Amino acid sequence: MSYHNPPTTPRKSATFDEYAMSEIRRAAATGIYDIRGSGAKRKVPHFDDLLFLGASISRYPLEGYREKCDTSVVLGTRFAKKPIELKIPITVAGMSFGSLSGPAKEALGRGATLSGTSTTTGDGGMTEEERGHSKQLVYQYLPSRYGMNPRDLRRADAIEIVVGQGAKPGGGGMLLGQKISDRVAEMRTLPKGIDQRSACRHPDWTGPDDLEIKILEIREITDWEKPIYVKVGGARPYYDTALAVKAGADVVVLDGMQGGTAATQEVFIEHVGQPTLACIRPAVKALQDLGMHRKVQLIVSGGIRNGADVAKALALGADAVSVGTAALIALGDNDPRWEDEYQKLGTTAGAYDDWHEGKDPAGITTQDVELMKRVDPIAAGRRLANYLKVMTLEAQTIARACGKNHLHNLEPEDLCALSIEAAAMAGVPLAGTSWVPGKGPF
Amino acid sequence: MHSTNLATAPLHQANYAPKTFDLSKITLREFNQALHNVKDAAGESNWEVLNPKGSHAVAVGAEHAISIDVQGSVGYYCGGMNQNSTITVHGSAGPGVGENMMSGTIIVKGDASQYAGATGRGGLLVIEGNASSRCGISMKGINIVVRGNIGHMSAFMAQSGNLVVLGDAGDALGDSIYEARLFVRGSVKSLGADCIKKEMRPEHIAILKDLLDRAGITDVKPEEFSRYGSARTLYNFNIDNADAY
Repeated sequence: MSYHNPPTTPRKSATFDEYAMSEIRRAAATGIYDIRGSGAKRKVPHFDDLLFLGASISRYPLEGYREKCDTSVVLGTRFAKKPIELKIPITVAGMSFGSLSGPAKEALGRGATLSGTSTTTGDGGMTEEERGHSKQLVYQYLPSRYGMNPRDLRRADAIEIVVGQGAKPGGGGMLLGQKISDRVAEMRTLPKGIDQRSACRHPDWTGPDDLEIKILEIREITDWEKPIYVKVGGARPYYDTALAVKAGADVVVLDGMQGGTAATQEVFIEHVGQPTLACIRPAVKALQDLGMHRKVQLIVSGGIRNGADVAKALALGADAVSVGTAALIALGDNDPRWEDEYQKLGTTAGAYDDWHEGKDPAGITTQDVELMKRVDPIAAGRRLANYLKVMTLEAQTIARACGKNHLHNLEPEDLCALSIEAAAMAGVPLAGTSWVPGKGPF
Repeated sequence: MHSTNLATAPLHQANYAPKTFDLSKITLREFNQALHNVKDAAGESNWEVLNPKGSHAVAVGAEHAISIDVQGSVGYYCGGMNQNSTITVHGSAGPGVGENMMSGTIIVKGDASQYAGATGRGGLLVIEGNASSRCGISMKGINIVVRGNIGHMSAFMAQSGNLVVLGDAGDALGDSIYEARLFVRGSVKSLGADCIKKEMRPEHIAILKDLLDRAGITDVKPEEFSRYGSARTLYNFNIDNADAY
């Protein structure tokens, strides 16, 4: 090194960052795209980019320890003879037996039931432990129709027709052979050990006009008792919501790109679909334009983590939210207590997402008999109930601070945004201004 | 019976006279509710449905061994999720006839539209005319017998059961098929990914003979059919097979 030729600091490319380069090397070595579980990991505008304004001279708050703040919600009031009544507006999202272990599914049912809310089956049918431990169980009606039968349809409390999910709008699924135990294979009517593809499209209907007839059929089979949900990924939320309503849905479930999946291509998870925050207002607008807001309920999912997220989703117009990834974390997924084993799998607690491989040290995303023993369904169910309770208390805290005696009374006017992007997506003013990007002149 | 309040009508009557349900006089809901109100098929006579006029979801969710004659053509999903009952459509059927049926028999005297027997798990679906595209899509144990031809992409992702076709099959038969067996007497325009022609062994002749007998078909022999099924090369993902998709 000489004074006349000073070195520059080594600089890594922002474009070809460490992850991008590692993925190029991985692709070059294997010749196959990366498959993983969970939802989008990239940073996108989210609920953290919103703030509640709270009360002041122009708005008065409610007393946190004395004045009631209701959290109940009724789902399926449009057509169903037996709507679902929940104590809290936080439901547990659909996750399959097969992807998840039996004890994990039981724990989800137990936790939801303790909390007075519903849980949901997944792409693999309804299990006895799940039905038995879930007071209110939503039965998913998926393109694969694995395990679908009229008995389970009738003993469900609601039926969710899955058109898409946020992690992969327009995509199907794949359960790799190593997770196909005898029991999973039997439920799916396929040989043990083969990769089980879940179709991306329903086998017997396409488009909203067909969907309307499909909903009619399911209502007729179940004597119009059950609420019919329609779940869509965050693709075109205004039109998807409007078409689901047109087709006769009682409830629309809208899942943004942060929503998890059991196994999908990384490129699909990260590059298809819209962030949850961007989906809510268009969906609510569709309901309002049709005069159906609060008549057809809207459940929002994808990256809900805490009571603030719940309150913000409801303030933007949702009737309820749904948690999947967060519920798994509450059960024990990605817990640092298993760090040594995560390291052996080449990852670390908090980053483990090879859920499709069935080697989950936490015993949740596996069919390995020994690993799944690590989930005590009673204790894990209690943890989930605790977590749901905390989220509810947090949401109530915020609602009272905004002077609301029901979580549903939260409104966009209670919010401001920290970034122009979030302000535009949420349709609320940028903090410190009255500017809502996309509405009115600059 | 022309009651306008069939949902609450007593169905276990001492007199088991044939029951007639005229869909020009009662609603679909009333008819299906009457069907679901049956708790025991013992003593139930034949049921007859008049004036279906293309109605959707006719006789869906039946649970008991009732014989139902539908006098006319039906729309979507006739006999959906059927269990035990025998449904005869004296006309043609719209899309998804017998979808996800579990057991029992459905007979379509005319033609069937798309997705006939989709995801069916059991029972027998007989189509005496032709079936359109995607017949037997994602079938999971059902037996389907088509006297005429079937359209393209039939038995797509078919998992289990038997599809018997006396006529010809359209493009991409059995694409991405799993363990279902396909028997075609006529020509196959093309086979889908991982579907191949297979040897017809004695056990397959026996299966075919039984199905033809049950479908009331006596004018063809099992030996006239060819068998198609999975090559099982796509059962576990292999990058070298990517061009097959």
